[in-house]
Amino acid sequence: MAAHRASYGIRRSDEARSVGGLVRFTLAERWVHRSLAALMAVMIATAATLYFGQLSLLVGRRQLVAEIHIYAGMALPLPILLGLVSRAFRDDLRRLNRFLPVDQVWLRSKNRRSARLPVAKFNAGQKLYAAFLAGAILVMLGTGLVMRYANGWPVSLRTGATFVHDWLSYALTFVIAGHLYFALRDPIARRGMRTGLVPDSWARVEHGKWAEEMTEEKRKQSRPADTEVDLNTEST
Amino acid sequence: MASGGGTPVGRRIVIGMVAVGAAGVAFGDRLSAIEQSLLAPIQSRDPTGLSALLPDDGGFRFYSVTGSTPTRTAETYRLTVGGLVDRSGTLMMSDLASMPQTSLTRDFQCVTGWRVPDVHWSGVALPDLLDRVGVRHGATAVRFTSFDGTYTESLTLAQARRSDVLVATSMLGGPVSREHGGPVRLYVAPMYGYKSCKWLGGIELTARVEPGYWEHYGYSVDAWVGHSNGRDDTPTG
Repeated sequence: MAAHRASYGIRRSDEARSVGGLVRFTLAERWVHRSLAALMAVMIATAATLYFGQLSLLVGRRQLVAEIHIYAGMALPLPILLGLVSRAFRDDLRRLNRFLPVDQVWLRSKNRRSARLPVAKFNAGQKLYAAFLAGAILVMLGTGLVMRYANGWPVSLRTGATFVHDWLSYALTFVIAGHLYFALRDPIARRGMRTGLVPDSWARVEHGKWAEEMTEEKRKQSRPADTEVDLNTEST
Repeated sequence: MASGGGTPVGRRIVIGMVAVGAAGVAFGDRLSAIEQSLLAPIQSRDPTGLSALLPDDGGFRFYSVTGSTPTRTAETYRLTVGGLVDRSGTLMMSDLASMPQTSLTRDFQCVTGWRVPDVHWSGVALPDLLDRVGVRHGATAVRFTSFDGTYTESLTLAQARRSDVLVATSMLGGPVSREHGGPVRLYVAPMYGYKSCKWLGGIELTARVEPGYWEHYGYSVDAWVGHSNGRDDTPTG
């Protein structure tokens, strides 16, 4: 198990070493992010068209816009589900789920950006964002399906589903705007999502613990691989 | 490395959100009623119009089924009346204004759930207009077309002869605005909003009911508020 992961790491760090930097996201993860972002943009655009009178009249075609909203909504969990095939993505989900002691410190810290806390691959804000997004997608999908398909359900439940869908859509849009705001402030983080690689210097400031782990892994692998070979052959 | 301890806060947040979401579905109709009762006094005195951005704000929502709707002013507006009538032809705004005027104040209920209380409407009662053009023998229904080029609606002749069905030329204390389907729209007080055809362009007497736009997508043809479309809203008739 450990040996398998080590050999997997070698290929990726080779790539990283040649370009300079640390591998933050694999190609599969970047595609999950891109597809999810594209679908979410479609959801927000069509929702705005269905909700705001001036936009509704400008675009019209209510039936078509509603169909796009419904099918894009049902497709929205797909990138995440397909992403589960990727080991790197599953590992990152696990990292996002787990709150470490440093995350508490990070959340309470007044100078968390400059304090160089030993943050792991994701900081507490990213973890909270990921959890909120996952919960919101489930609730929006559930209430959306009730609104679309549960015609036989009591009206009070359908009104309730509409109520939750309406308010959560506002919260979700607001939180996604926050996500974009933080991304816009950090070009290197954006490069990490675009190319998969980030410079060591950035990682040491923003994700000290992760940078340490990655550098350690790199250092081990750049050594003549005499001791490691024995370990690696065991995995096959 | 990734599984190295820590508390599964992420999972707890997701489970918590799903639980709150389910509770919201169960009690949302009551919360929604409270929200509207709190917002109503604010919205009636909101010069910024910002409160209309809130979801479920108790106001009108604007639906249009076509890409673009031509603008008709009071001067360029024409209403064609045809089919099984004695005197087919075209009516202008001045023709409508010269006919007996009817006013009424009723709630407007949309089949998607929103309701606007106490909307003031006025215009020509449809039975008055039908008497003026003369309904021929064999007509059992009325078909309405919108000058948006796509939308259609229909009523049985008996429904069309109700005095609370208006060819409306004013609402909310002024001319019907373009957003609301102006300059002339239909208002069918006892039925769901999709019956109240916006941008009314044509009235045609037909031998049988021809289902309208949304009715091809499964909406009830007889759209009584509270007794159709699987809903139990308080009637508006």
